[in-house]
Amino acid sequence: MDESRNLTIVQGLREALREEMLRDESVFVMGEDIGIGGSFLFTLGFLDEFGPERVMNTPISEVGFVGMGVGAAIEGMRPVIDFQYGDFLITAADQVIQQAAKLRYMSGGQVEVPLVFQLPTGASGRGAQHSNSLETVFFGVPGLEIVTPSSPYDAKGLFKSAVRSQNPVLFCVHKHLYGSRGRNLAHRDTSTGLVPDGEDYTIPFGVADIKRAGTDVTVVANLLMLHRSLKVASGLADEGISVEVIDPRTLVPFDLDSVIASVEKTGRLVLVDEGPRKGGWSAHVAAEVAEKGLMYLDAPIERVTSLDTPMPYAPGLEEAVVPSTDDIEAAIRRII
Amino acid sequence: MVLIRRFELRVNELFLRGLIPGTIHLSHGQEATAAGTCLALETNDRITITHRGHGQALAKGVTAESMMAELFGKATGCCGGRGGSLHVGDMSVGALPAIAIVGASSPIATGMALAYKRKNTGQVVANFFGDGTANKGDWHESMNLAAIWDLPVVFVCENNLWAVSTHISDTMRVEHVADRAVAYGMPGHTIDGNDPVAVYDTVATAVDRARSGGGPTLVECLTYRRGGHKRDDPATYRPTEEVDAWLADDPIERFRTTLLNGIMTHAQLKTIEEDVDAELDAAVAAAEAAPVPDPRTVEDHVYG
Repeated sequence: MDESRNLTIVQGLREALREEMLRDESVFVMGEDIGIGGSFLFTLGFLDEFGPERVMNTPISEVGFVGMGVGAAIEGMRPVIDFQYGDFLITAADQVIQQAAKLRYMSGGQVEVPLVFQLPTGASGRGAQHSNSLETVFFGVPGLEIVTPSSPYDAKGLFKSAVRSQNPVLFCVHKHLYGSRGRNLAHRDTSTGLVPDGEDYTIPFGVADIKRAGTDVTVVANLLMLHRSLKVASGLADEGISVEVIDPRTLVPFDLDSVIASVEKTGRLVLVDEGPRKGGWSAHVAAEVAEKGLMYLDAPIERVTSLDTPMPYAPGLEEAVVPSTDDIEAAIRRII
Repeated sequence: MVLIRRFELRVNELFLRGLIPGTIHLSHGQEATAAGTCLALETNDRITITHRGHGQALAKGVTAESMMAELFGKATGCCGGRGGSLHVGDMSVGALPAIAIVGASSPIATGMALAYKRKNTGQVVANFFGDGTANKGDWHESMNLAAIWDLPVVFVCENNLWAVSTHISDTMRVEHVADRAVAYGMPGHTIDGNDPVAVYDTVATAVDRARSGGGPTLVECLTYRRGGHKRDDPATYRPTEEVDAWLADDPIERFRTTLLNGIMTHAQLKTIEEDVDAELDAAVAAAEAAPVPDPRTVEDHVYG
């Protein structure tokens, strides 16, 4: 593989969107300021290549253009809706929860809503209203698929699957992982990665990936927390503690079988989730493992999550809310 | 119009007898707006339907039989028993299953219109909504988006003056909902929504404009619900004089008078009524006899 193909996540996403738009005329993208690339440069260069009919720069009307995405999807288009910040999707929550997620069901299967939301998620120094973990906010809504990629290779393959899905998909990418302008890119050693050139690959939903194999404890983590967990796992290896790190890649559907298989091997489980402690995927997975895999556990399940507070602005306060590498390491040590 | 009126009265009776579960919002009194609008549309044109949508659905061609079965919660209903009164519809006749959240159907209709424009299908969508919707942000955003992109959508307001118990004069400073069209750069018309010919003429002009690439139109149809907001609402908040005046202006009786003035005979009208009664008798009998949905299928259609 060519070293020049060491990409960031946003580069992988741009390739995926471009290839899908070239493959399928019904795919188009809409959102605020996407003519200049959007907040995280997801659509950089797309207006020039595809023109304003397929790269629709919208007014600041989230309910309006999300609902339009639902309507266009019903009539056979495949809209990709780009959000500057995933937080703004909350203003259009009715269209997501009550319309996109339910229309197939309540119509008895008469309509379907193949629709992708590109959502920057998580805390990144922007304060309370630009730091929500959208994957947590919408986790309990039946009818949605939720994707949380952590590497460029996964992001590209998962995004193509999202565009080809027949369901509404929330595609949540952590703001510190895009690598849009080389700024704020956390964990460059693990969050950039090789992506094959010219290969039309997809990654199916509901298939977890073992990012690091181990035997003593299972850590399940996604997004930014995956990279913090990998860093901790690397440090603990020097002490002879073998940590298995699983990236679920999609939260809905969730690959519970892979987690339980790993716990059967290690006997210990730590779940690392940037969302608040109440609700969310890690609470759900803890309950599922307790129900279905209790016999494999040699220690209590540990959850490492953000605190149940709005996200504060001051760097030291944000660090106090969001799980750190120290928090993850301490949780592992508590059950080893 | 007779089918809608008698369907609603039949549903009311069945509901009181406990044969229909849930809740219902009846549209009797608003027949002319639904009928006039849908007559101006082709079969492959679409409508979006409101929570008060039985009449809109029937006017677009959803069968009384499939709707009655849906209201009974039967497997043979138009949505297989998953929708109910609030979500009736049949895509095969261009009726998107009803969106029961006020305002939410306007952006969806606008997006459907975007698809027609992109795919150059020549289709048009009529977005039914009520006077209450005209104060929702969803609707205002949709009006603007449809206008800036010249989308083939006709916004059809069934203005029955009351948003549940709140009169329109308490919620709007402008006199007419259609006055708001100018803010979005589209034509707006306020018409007699109890006159099916007026509704047809106005909507047909709007449909022609939309189909030829001219963009959206707002049509406000003044009408009245003959009953309460829903089944358990006696609507005592409405002034007696207002109710009496509107009930006297019955769209069906008015149109009957028009038709009997040399267009149709008593005998022909009687035949229509007999045919409607027979259709409803058959629909109710079929709904009562139909199987309930199999609970083992309850998780079908969550995901595709």
